[in-house]
This record gives sequence, C-alpha cells and structure tokens, in this order.
Amino acid sequence: MADEEIKMSNSDQMIQRLEQINPTKILTWTLLFLGSIVMITPIIFMISTSFKTGQEVYTLSLLPQKATLENYIFILKESKFIYWTLNSLWVASFSTISVLFFDSLVGYTLAKFNFRGREIIFIAILSTLMIPTEMLIIPWYMMSREFGWIDTYWGIAFPGLMTGFGTFLMRQFFMGLPDELIDAARIDGWSEFSIWWRIAMPLVIPALSALAIFHFLGNWTAFLWPLIIVNDPDMYTIPVGLASFNGEFQMDWEIVMTASCLATIPTLFVFIILQKYIIKGIMLAGLKG
Amino acid sequence: MLKDFWENITLNQKLAITAWVFLLIPIIFYTTIRFYPTFEAFYVSFMKWNLLGSQKYIGLKNYQRIFGDEDFWIVLWNTIKYAIIGVPISLFISFVIAYFLNEIKFGHQTIRAFYFIPFLTTAVAMAWVWRWFYQPMPIGYFNIMLSWVGIPQQPFLKSIEQGLYSVMAPAVWAGLGFQIVIFIAGIRAVPKSHFEAAEIDGAGRLQILREIILPALKPTTIFLVVISTIGFLRIFDQVYTMTSDSAGGPLNSTKPLVLMIYEYAFDTYMLGRASALTVILFLLLLTVSLIQLWLMRKSK
Amino acid sequence: MKNFKFILLSIFSSLFLLFGSIIANAVEIEYWQYTYKSRVAAIDKLIANFQNENPGITVKHTNFPYADYRKKVSIAISSGDGPDLVQLYYGWLNDFRDGGLIQPLPQDIFSHSDIESDFFKMVSSMKVDGEYWGLPTAVRSLALFYNNDLFKEAGLSGPPETLDQMVDYAKKLTKTDSNGDYLQIGFGVDTDGQDHHFWREVLVRHFGGQPYSDDGQKIAYNSAAGAQALKYLTDFEKTHKTGSNGFMNRGQDAFAAGKAGMVLDGSFRISKFNKTEGLNFSISELPGHNGKRYNFSSFWANAISTKAEGEKKEAAAKFLKYLTSDEAMQVWLDTVGELPAKPSVALVEANKQHPQYGPFIRGLDYATATTFISEKPQRQSLIDSYDMVVLKDMSPEDALAKVAKKEQELLDDFFGN
Repeated sequence: MADEEIKMSNSDQMIQRLEQINPTKILTWTLLFLGSIVMITPIIFMISTSFKTGQEVYTLSLLPQKATLENYIFILKESKFIYWTLNSLWVASFSTISVLFFDSLVGYTLAKFNFRGREIIFIAILSTLMIPTEMLIIPWYMMSREFGWIDTYWGIAFPGLMTGFGTFLMRQFFMGLPDELIDAARIDGWSEFSIWWRIAMPLVIPALSALAIFHFLGNWTAFLWPLIIVNDPDMYTIPVGLASFNGEFQMDWEIVMTASCLATIPTLFVFIILQKYIIKGIMLAGLKG
Repeated sequence: MLKDFWENITLNQKLAITAWVFLLIPIIFYTTIRFYPTFEAFYVSFMKWNLLGSQKYIGLKNYQRIFGDEDFWIVLWNTIKYAIIGVPISLFISFVIAYFLNEIKFGHQTIRAFYFIPFLTTAVAMAWVWRWFYQPMPIGYFNIMLSWVGIPQQPFLKSIEQGLYSVMAPAVWAGLGFQIVIFIAGIRAVPKSHFEAAEIDGAGRLQILREIILPALKPTTIFLVVISTIGFLRIFDQVYTMTSDSAGGPLNSTKPLVLMIYEYAFDTYMLGRASALTVILFLLLLTVSLIQLWLMRKSK
Repeated sequence: MKNFKFILLSIFSSLFLLFGSIIANAVEIEYWQYTYKSRVAAIDKLIANFQNENPGITVKHTNFPYADYRKKVSIAISSGDGPDLVQLYYGWLNDFRDGGLIQPLPQDIFSHSDIESDFFKMVSSMKVDGEYWGLPTAVRSLALFYNNDLFKEAGLSGPPETLDQMVDYAKKLTKTDSNGDYLQIGFGVDTDGQDHHFWREVLVRHFGGQPYSDDGQKIAYNSAAGAQALKYLTDFEKTHKTGSNGFMNRGQDAFAAGKAGMVLDGSFRISKFNKTEGLNFSISELPGHNGKRYNFSSFWANAISTKAEGEKKEAAAKFLKYLTSDEAMQVWLDTVGELPAKPSVALVEANKQHPQYGPFIRGLDYATATTFISEKPQRQSLIDSYDMVVLKDMSPEDALAKVAKKEQELLDDFFGN
C-alpha cells in the first residue's frame, strides 16, 4: 500500500516513476480516466443546464451562452426547497444520532455481556434485515394515522431510529475489543454505562463514522417512506419535493435540473471535504461485512 | 428492599440485568416497529380494505386474484430481470475498474472520486437527468449523439423492449462507485506475500488474477452480490420518476413489484391486495438471501 | 362622578357583550383546493368578497400540490380532520361518496330545479341517487390549439374543420430529417394528457358509439365504433406518421417549443402558451365529423365534507352558494381563465366571441363528461390500448377487448356486480 513506500530522494523517486511508465499503463490510465469522466457526465450536464434559460435548454452546449441564475432564484422563491432541505437535514441528523447511540449500545451489549437469551436477541435483530421496508410501509402508515404522526418529523424518522445492519456492524467491532480492558474498569468500580460510553465507544470511532456516513446518506436519499407519510409540501424531504415536479402543470427541464442540482450539490460538497473518511469508512464496513 | 436485592445477587446476575436494561428500549422498538408490523402485513393480506371503511376477511382471495392476474406475472418477471441483469453487469464493470484502478497511483484519488460520486446522488434527482437524456431529438442527448453516428433514434423509455434497461441504467450507474471501492479494499486486503510468492514462481498477470485475487475476493463478491440483488429487487425510485405518470409503462414493461405495491396501496386504496403483494416480495427476498447465504456457507 | 363612571362602565360592558357575541358567532370554515397560482389567487379574491358580505364567517384557505391532493383530502377527512368545503375533480365523485367523505348539498339552499336550469348540463354528473353532491365554479372543455406560423409556412389558412381535414393538415405540417426522425410534428398526440378524453367522449361518438352504457355500469366502447375511434387516433403515429405519442415528452411541450402544428388541450393551458415567448397560436373548436360536433368537458366541483356539521355546514353552504354565483364565475374566468359553469355567464356575447375562450365556451354546448369511478385506471385503458396498437401491432379491436375486460372488472367491483 502507499503507506509502506520506502523513503527515497526526490530524484530517485522521479527516476523510478519514469521507469514504470510503459505504453499499456498509459492506455489503461487513459481509459480509466475517460471512464470516470463519462461517469460524471450526467452530473455535469445537470449542473450546466441549471444555468441555462428555457430557450437554450435544448442545445447540446456544455457552457450556456447566456448563463443565468434565474432558475435558482425561481426555485428558491417559488418552491419550498429551503424547507425541504431543512427537513431532510433535521430528520437525517436526528436519525443518525439515534442509530449511533442505540446500535452501538445494543451491539456492545450483545458483544460483551453474557446472559441467557443473548443469542436469541441477536438472531432476532439480525432477522430484521430480512424484512424489507416495503412490507412494513402499510402497517406503519396505519400506525401513523392512528397516532397522528402524519406530516411530522417523528413520522418520517421513526422507522429508521435503529437498524439491524448497524447493530451487526458495531457488534463486530466491539467483539474485537479486549475483555481485559473492560474487566479492569469493572474492578475499578466503573458503572457499566460509563464503561461503554467512556472506554468502549472511543475505541470504535472509525466504525461509528462509517455507520454515521452510511446511515446519513441513506436517510438523506430515502424516498418511498417519506413519500407516503408526508402530504404537506412544507414537510417534504428533498427527494419527495423533487418528485413533486412530475405534477400536472409543471415540467420545465431547466427548472427540474436546477432542483436536482440543489439536491445533489450539498452531498458532493461534503464528499469532497470528507472524501478520505468516507471512502475509508466504506472499505472498513465492507471488510467486516 | 431493592438495595438488599441488588447486594445479594451475583456479579453475573447483575450484569445480566444490566444487559436487559440496556436492551429494553431497543427491544420495544424492534417489536413495535419491525415485528408487529410484519404480522400486521400478513394479517391485512387476508382482508379487503380501502383504508376508509372496515376490514373484511376474505381469506386467500387476494392471493388468488394476484396469481390469476396476468400483470402480476409481468411485474414479477420484471423484478427478477432487474436483478438477474443488473447484478452481473454492475459487478463485472466495477470489478474491472477496481482491478485496474488499484494499480494506478497518479491521480488515483481524483479518478476514484469521479467513479464514486454518482453513489452519493439522490436517485430521484438523477432519474430526472437520465429521463431527459432519453428523450427523442431534439432534446435528448443520447439520441442526438446517436444521430451523429447515423444510428436511428431509439425510443428508450417509450419502448416495451428498451424501457426496463433504460430504467436500470441509472441504478447500475449509481451503484458502481460503492462496488468499486469495496472491491479495491478487498484486493488490497490480500497479503503482499501471496503476490511476492507468485512473482517468484513466474506467474503471469492472468494467473495471478485467477488463482490469487479472485479466490480471495470470494467473500467480498458474495457480500456485494447479496446487497445488490436485494437492492435491484426493491427498485422503485427510478421507475417512479422516469415513467410518465409513474405507471411503470409502457404497458407495465418497466414496473417492478414495489411500484405495484405502491399503486395498489396508495393509488387505488386496495390495501389487502397491496399487503399480499408485500408478503410475496418478502418471500422473494427471503428466498434469494437464503440461497445466497447458503452458497456463501458452502464456499467457506 | 359615580354616576358617570357607572354609565361609562355599562356602555362598555354592553358593547363588549355585543362585540363578544358577534365574535362568538363568528364561524371559521376551511376550504381546500390544489395549488395552482391563478386558482389560489381567485379563491383568495372570492374569500375577501365573501367575508365582506358575511362578517360572521371566516374562510381559511389551504392548498396542496396536485400530485398528493387527492390522497391528502381522503386521509384528512377520514381521520376527522380536513376541510369543511373541498374542491374535488368530478371524476372522483363516486370514490369520495363511497368513502363517506362528502355529503349531499342541502336542497333548501340548492334547489334541484334551479341547478338544472341554471347550470350547463354536464353538471348533472354530480347528481347521484337523487342528490347533488357538489357544484362547480368553472368547467373546462377541449379545443384545438394551432401554430399560426407553422400553418402559414405549410400554406394552410385556417384551422381544420373536420376529422379528415385534421389528418390532412397534420401530414402537411410534419417535417422529418434525412434519417426519418421528426423535426416537427403535425399533431401532438399525448395519451397521457387530454387525448384519452378526446378518444372517449368525442371520437367514439363520432363513429357512432358511446363509451359507457347509460347507467355507467358497463363498457360500451368495446365496439366497432370504439375500434374505429382508436384507429383514427393511432393512425396519426402509425399510418400517417405525423408524430409520436409524447414527442418532446408531452404534447404541450412540443407545442410550446414551436415543434408541433396542432395539439388538443384544455382551457387551463392557455396561460402557459400565452406566456411562451415567440409562440404565435390560435384556438378553434374541435373538428367535427359528418356535420356533428362533440366535446369533452370536465370540472372541479366544490363539495361539503362530512366533517362539516351544524353552523359550519351552514357557513360552508353559504360560501358554496357564493362560489357558484354569477359574480364568482366571472371573477374566476378573469383570474384563472376557466369557463363559467352557467350559460348565463358563459354565453354572454363578450365571452362567447372571445378569441381564446370563445371556442371552449362554444364547445360547452355539445360537451359531455364521463362519469369515472376512478379516473387513473380508466385512463390507463386508453393509454394501454394505444400502446398495444402502436408498439405491439395489435388490432384496435383486440386491444380494446383486452383493456375492456380489465376495466369492466373494475366497474363490476365498484358497482357490486
């Protein structure tokens, strides 16, 4: 891996690099590079169209001749995009914090405590991975109607407050912690909760961040359940708001593209800043999975 | 009295009680939010109910009607097609890219980022973009490019034959980044000693690939197969956004199970029928997951 | 001094009591409709007028995007929430009635004989089981939009007057490039838009049939007339090659972009086309056939929800009466551009001869409305049968037989047959 490179002088490094260049490598590199450009082409066009006027929409040009911000202004003024963003933010954050707390608490308990029924609980929670949310939306909907959760943040968030996947992941990581550490703390008189919170949790931060990223992203882009539970446009999350452009009277492509942009750009931004952690987190999760 | 109790039990018993206390809220959650609704779904599947009136028990009639409905079989087959075609294609492409990308140092981060970015996008947002691309000339970019090379225009989303693949494409496109990153991690997890030994033995590239890398990637591959299969079987966002009126057309050629469930439940308010469909979906997913897990067991 | 204080106190307290009783008698009702800028503006205006005349009533106006409107209304009312007066698409009448969401209009305020003499006859589809369940402020019908510039270029002077002429004109207005791809289409068919109405209420009748039986319980379009009607519609794409279904995503988009010679649409589309820069268009009545004319009309009606009781019901009825007054209808026409539901307002010379609304208004005279039990699946019948003919090369007879079978099941299920 790159981490294990031997330190060489700069000129030696350059010479080594130049010696490694051969035609096939250049070809491979070029193909990969072009491939990556093709991958982001839809996104580039989306961004470029968001700056075009209605007339220019149908041209194939990458850069608009008459770049304009009017689409963005229109969306921010006329639609409830700002509300949608706040809603998505609020729900995703709340849900992620809940998952980080409960999934690790349960994972830890299943990993480090010995008690009768432990295996049953673990298998039961694991089995929830088999239950698709699509099967649960109707009962959830019935439940929400009865308790008045429709059009509320709680209504959108409640199905995702704890996950079998997260629990499984955290359990894996906690199992890797040495028991001696915990036993020592117990002897010192620490409460079980403090042992978990102050000793175990800090040791699994990489796993926590991976879980946080996964869950936040999944929540941010969730569509089916928010679509069902929210009727008030003020309470839409971003994906639901986007889909509402499929309505009876609206569909100007430049507006739709702008909305899609507004939905996508924040995530891209966060990614560019946190790229290292995000990729690391996914690799981590994949290896343990 | 509680204090006496607490001081007179063993450490193990104390720990057990603490464990149950920790698990209390989660157990309540899982029971009420996952298990109970599952039973409710089964229960409602035996009813006729339109949300507003009362539930009427009709036994297996929903299932009978479903299995007798020609459209259901089309939809079921569509759902399976999304998975059987989507999974191999995406895994193949992502593996090839991961394999070569792994060896690249110059600009590795950036190129990897470009491949990964689609994974972060909202399916609905990108579905709009792709829908636009699929339009006939003069709007749709794909058709415009086809016309440059003299290929006749394609109907894409409007065609019975091409519709499903057109909807599948953005789903495959978005998933590649994740799979590539996982594959790279998997490749890099192979101990260097294996490669060094192979080089000493004079093994060629292809041999190394076949005999060292692929076997080592088996668990990773199976992980990805399971996840992406389940993902494709549950496809919804793209179909909802890309078909006119979210109908899964033309002529149900793009409609997957989840869309049919949604329509029955929230367009025509036939909740009994919809619940029965969700049970069928559940059984489908369960069967597929179990088969794949069994295969995974075998390979170990 | 003491006396003066006493008098002042009693004046204030009686004023207070008086004021308080007026406030106490103030009723607040809720009105719901779907979000569309001009409709929202119109209702706001009408509410202001109404509240001026009726100080004891306040009307709270709420609106939601069209996509979720129906679901929201159903859920709200069935949970005991929701509006007192609600706007619903006439095609949802049976569902809403069946679901116990709306109640019949009180006959003392809305006498049947008055309704029947004052409103256009299509409003009769709101009468079920001897009661009227709602009334519209405005109605819509279909007309032909055509592009003046494209017509001039093709050497055509006026709009087509007959179905055959329409085919002819469409052919002349179509342009393709060297690959055979459409650059410009003659007639923008859009089965997803209004064209399924065109087929059902206009074409089927032109060819001698009717879409449903008189009691609305049996499908009647599964006939030679229906097949001929379907053939006429699909021929544009299949035989005459004057365009494809949903060219440029929707007929209205193609027309707005100046790439379609003709489209059929409702009066609600006028403002969109008016706002499109550089679009030079005119409107005419739908072409006739064999000397006859038919049209499809639809409307959004206002109904009293089952949630409204006692004085709220009274207030709602009062507001509804105002909403269906001549004054309100003219306001609606001016603000929203939708046609008045009463001939007394619509057929006023000024309105009848209006260059844009005129054709729609004149079309109301011979328009009929389909009594849907559930519009979405019934609409799907035409969308699917069209696709079967065009994409799968089935004969119109076979296609209609197939969709009729499915739709009849739906109808039978609803009517309990």
